[in-house]
Amino acid sequence: MSQAKLTIESLSLSYSKGTSPALRDVTLGIEENSLMAFIGPSGCGKSTFLRCLNRMNDFVRGVEITGRVLLDGKDIYAPDVDVTSLRRRVGMVFQRPNPFPFSIRENVAYGPKLLGERDRGKLGEVVERSLRNSGLWEEVKDRLDAQASSLSGGQQQRLCIARAIAVEPEVLLMDEPTSALDPMATARIEELARELKKFYTVAIVTHNMQQAARVSDHTAFFLMGELVEHGPTTKIFTTPSDRRTEDYITGRFG
Amino acid sequence: MPERGEARRLSETAPRRIITVMAMSGVLVMAFILLFLLREGMPILKGASITELATGRLWYPVSAPPLFGMMPLIAGSLAVTLTSSALAIPFGVALALFLTEICPKRISGFFKITLEILGFLPSVVLGFIGMVVIAPFLQVRLELLSGLNLMNASMLLGVMILPTVATLSEESLHAVPQSQRDASYALGATRCETMFKVVLPGASRGIAQAAILGLMRALGETMVVLMASGGAALLPQSVFDPVRPLTSAIAAEMGETSVGSAHYHALFFMGCILLLFTLALNMLVIKIESRGEAD
Ligand SMILES: Nc1ncnc2c1ncn2[C@@H]1O[C@H](COP(=O)(O)OP(=O)(O)OP(=O)(O)O)[C@@H](O)[C@H]1O
Ligand SMILES: [Mg+2]
Repeated sequence: MSQAKLTIESLSLSYSKGTSPALRDVTLGIEENSLMAFIGPSGCGKSTFLRCLNRMNDFVRGVEITGRVLLDGKDIYAPDVDVTSLRRRVGMVFQRPNPFPFSIRENVAYGPKLLGERDRGKLGEVVERSLRNSGLWEEVKDRLDAQASSLSGGQQQRLCIARAIAVEPEVLLMDEPTSALDPMATARIEELARELKKFYTVAIVTHNMQQAARVSDHTAFFLMGELVEHGPTTKIFTTPSDRRTEDYITGRFG
Repeated sequence: MPERGEARRLSETAPRRIITVMAMSGVLVMAFILLFLLREGMPILKGASITELATGRLWYPVSAPPLFGMMPLIAGSLAVTLTSSALAIPFGVALALFLTEICPKRISGFFKITLEILGFLPSVVLGFIGMVVIAPFLQVRLELLSGLNLMNASMLLGVMILPTVATLSEESLHAVPQSQRDASYALGATRCETMFKVVLPGASRGIAQAAILGLMRALGETMVVLMASGGAALLPQSVFDPVRPLTSAIAAEMGETSVGSAHYHALFFMGCILLLFTLALNMLVIKIESRGEAD
């Protein structure tokens, strides 16, 4: 097993005191330059888990998180961690495309500009490279100044991916990135996800079993806040060791 | 059964007819007001040209011969409108930002109710405060001849339009989807960066409309300026000069003119000017709206 990019150690999370925890004692490693899929029935904590990895749960009032999340061996919940620079290293793509109400160019340039890049030439390069890597360049190169909202849903999602990779993160988190898209657009994103893992460590939440089987190297199965099982995707889908995993992937519940 | 069919047809068409008639009568009333204003205002042009009226600096409507230079009044209206907006718009937008982005929900509810109450305050009460509180204060502190001036009226007007600007801005800030804020945070933006680079630009169209509606209210407000602006028909040289905006001139003088006199027509003509300004601002709002739909 190659070096784990992310190591999660007994991570537990409750949204408020007294309610049952949304994550219980999750321990898991995510290898560098691999793609890990997270599956499980609705409400089992997949999004919650993903949001722990870039500390987007910090915004939730009253949330309580215990355990450790190590990025390259350093705990991202340590008190001296700069959350904004953590989020640059761990990018995120959301379930619904959420472009800013700016032009295509400005959407992609947003992150680099935050980092202080002002040079128009350099920004142009970043915009082109990011759009090429998200497979959108050929479709939008002649209308970079058009509003992002003029793109189709699938194009918007690829724009959001371009925006996320423009700051050159090390890890890319995707929370059901294709759930709002049609099969064609979905296929493009899947292809892209496979492409992206060459450069990034990718974690993807999906409700689509075939999608997990198609794109991922590893799969983790969650149930009611617990990590039931994880391992190489082929193993999970052919010879799962837990009965509940088998029930879920064969569609007996969930 | 033909009778039932008839009844049914009637119950289908009657509401539509009633609504149409009501809408039409609204339009008719508007048209009537407009026509009336023009009919009573235009005769002043028999004695003087538009440029003479608009650029004349002397407003002596009851001297012999009367002078109807409206420039000081127009300038007075523009001055109070712009000064009050310059005070209220930044405050209103900042308040809206504070309410949506910074302060906790529980406290923002309290602020919103306070704002609403401020919006209900009768303008005559504000005018009263201007006369008995602000005017003496300005007069003593700044050693002015009179505390009733452009600044006084603008401060009161600012208070008056603040709820409009803040509430409408708050609405449009609120309408910026949370998902866009999340996207910004996920890219490593701070709260402040997100506020100024995503939320504010996203709401800019609504905020512009809020500002224009505020301007319109300030332009049309009468009681406050009548009570607190000082009433001198002079071109203001500083924010502490007294002014006589169009609205207060109309309100103060209409009762003392004889119907059909030149002065009477001049006042109606000023009403037309006000209407023109309001119309122009309205067009601006519509234009901003339609530009929003285009993209
Ligand atoms: N902000 C929140 N505050 C309180 N409870 C929350 C919050 N977000 C999620 N939860 C709860 O935590 C649990 C896990 O939710 P989560 O969104 O992580 O599930 P999920 O596996 O992503 O589901 P889905 O597949 O439907 O997206 C759910 O019971 C949910 O109600
Ligand atoms: Mg989810």
